[in-house]
Amino acid sequence: MSRKVYLDNAATTGTDPEVLETLLPYFNEYFGNPSSIYSFAGKNRKAVEYAREQVARVLNAEVSEIFFTSGGTEADNWALKGAAFKQGEKRGHIITTAIEHHAILHSAEFLEKTGYKVTYLPVNDKGMVSAAQVEQAMTPETFLVSVMFANNEIGTIQPVRKIASLCRSKGVLFHTDAVQAVGHVPIDVKEMGMDMLSLSAHKFRGPKGVGVLFIRKGVRIENLLHGGAQEKGRRATTENVPGIVGLGKAIELASQKMEKESARQSELRDMLIKGLGEKIPEAVLNGAEGTQRLPNNVNMSFIGVEGETLLLDLDAAGISASTGSACSSGSLDPSHVLMAIGLDHEHAHGSLRMTLGDTTTRDDIDYVIETLPGIISRRRQMSPLWEKHISGTKEV
Amino acid sequence: MYTEKVMEHFQNPRNVGVIEDANGIGEVGNPKCGDIMKIYIKVEDNIVTDIKFKTFGCASAIASSSMATELVKGKTLEEAWRLSNDAVAEALDGLPPVKMHCSLLAEGAIHMAINDYRIKIGLEPWEEDKAHRAVHEEHAH
Repeated sequence: MSRKVYLDNAATTGTDPEVLETLLPYFNEYFGNPSSIYSFAGKNRKAVEYAREQVARVLNAEVSEIFFTSGGTEADNWALKGAAFKQGEKRGHIITTAIEHHAILHSAEFLEKTGYKVTYLPVNDKGMVSAAQVEQAMTPETFLVSVMFANNEIGTIQPVRKIASLCRSKGVLFHTDAVQAVGHVPIDVKEMGMDMLSLSAHKFRGPKGVGVLFIRKGVRIENLLHGGAQEKGRRATTENVPGIVGLGKAIELASQKMEKESARQSELRDMLIKGLGEKIPEAVLNGAEGTQRLPNNVNMSFIGVEGETLLLDLDAAGISASTGSACSSGSLDPSHVLMAIGLDHEHAHGSLRMTLGDTTTRDDIDYVIETLPGIISRRRQMSPLWEKHISGTKEV
Repeated sequence: MYTEKVMEHFQNPRNVGVIEDANGIGEVGNPKCGDIMKIYIKVEDNIVTDIKFKTFGCASAIASSSMATELVKGKTLEEAWRLSNDAVAEALDGLPPVKMHCSLLAEGAIHMAINDYRIKIGLEPWEEDKAHRAVHEEHAH
């Protein structure tokens, strides 16, 4: 089986050849330390600042508001802990959601252990929170709200603009984890009223190990990394110059392609959802539809089949995908996101996530629609859960 | 992460299905854990002459089910009862540590099917520990 279909772009993407070409010379040709004085290092300093301009342009931010990090996880940690530590002794209250990435959830849980209060807002069956929920949860102690721009598992896009504007009016900081959204949907931090935003290069065909925390001018948070004076004294450590150069190039390319790609991928996405829905009995779409869903995300549940089984069968057919089933994670619980949208265990264990990218073709989608129904049907035939489900349905 | 044996049994599981005139049925697991195994046995003259299974679960659950049925087919009830989850895992050239519980499912389902049969023919069900002893004693004689 030589056919390869990569449908796990929400996990990571391959570095764009043009991005790779741009960043490679910064490994050994222009390897100087941007902090050095001699002219040779100046090239690197300029390259980092150029990348900062590229990011600022795409997000509509000021250049001085872009801080490079080691990725989305560090940006999320920095936003939460940095804002929390700024509170000092008085601690305070954070509002976030039940479906955040673990970089947010585990940071929040850590802060809880050190005396902060955290509210994890529930979501509706599509994975959505509302500004009204945020407002209701606010207390005089609330200093930070962190709501993801779009969910990594089910692709639901949150009403961040409304939440940001609510926070602004209440004098509460607003952070959004936009790791899955940047490069895929338009984001304007000024117009949307963001205080902080996290992004990661490898989700839009940049290299791994580099990200950004946008911190609006005037927002004061503590540093996490102490040391040298890099990033205007806000984040110590010698800059990951090749990574930063690659991030700048990747975000520029993604932004140029975005309109065309989001339309193209939305169409393929809907084709895949429709195709599988028609060919597989009792296929259920998890998450929202249309413009409330990331253009590249498909997440469906097939009751009676276990997710890891699906992944391995798909892998044998050359298709790479992912699941929210417990069996693939090593833990006993299925995905917290699928549980938060109210799925029962049967559906959560039978979930399959397929995330498209700019290399995904119509042929790829057709191939999945041809291949998956047979896999599901074969595994359902050997599943006592499916047998029970079918007889239960008939009895009702 | 899986051995070739596990993948082979996962991709081509043996003894899948239902025995219509089974005289012992066992089912363990629940959807919450993400695995359910149902075993049908046909016992004739104290020998497991036929065995079939249906399993909902991950690759190791399906491969364990398949391997366990192979190991048990043609054996006496006492031998079948003695099949341990370790033996199933070993026959598969090992399972990842987080997946060891999957092989327990197979052992549990076979025990339940055997007891279902014993109850049906009017015998006391074997208890996990006592039964082991009973089996050993029977063999000593």
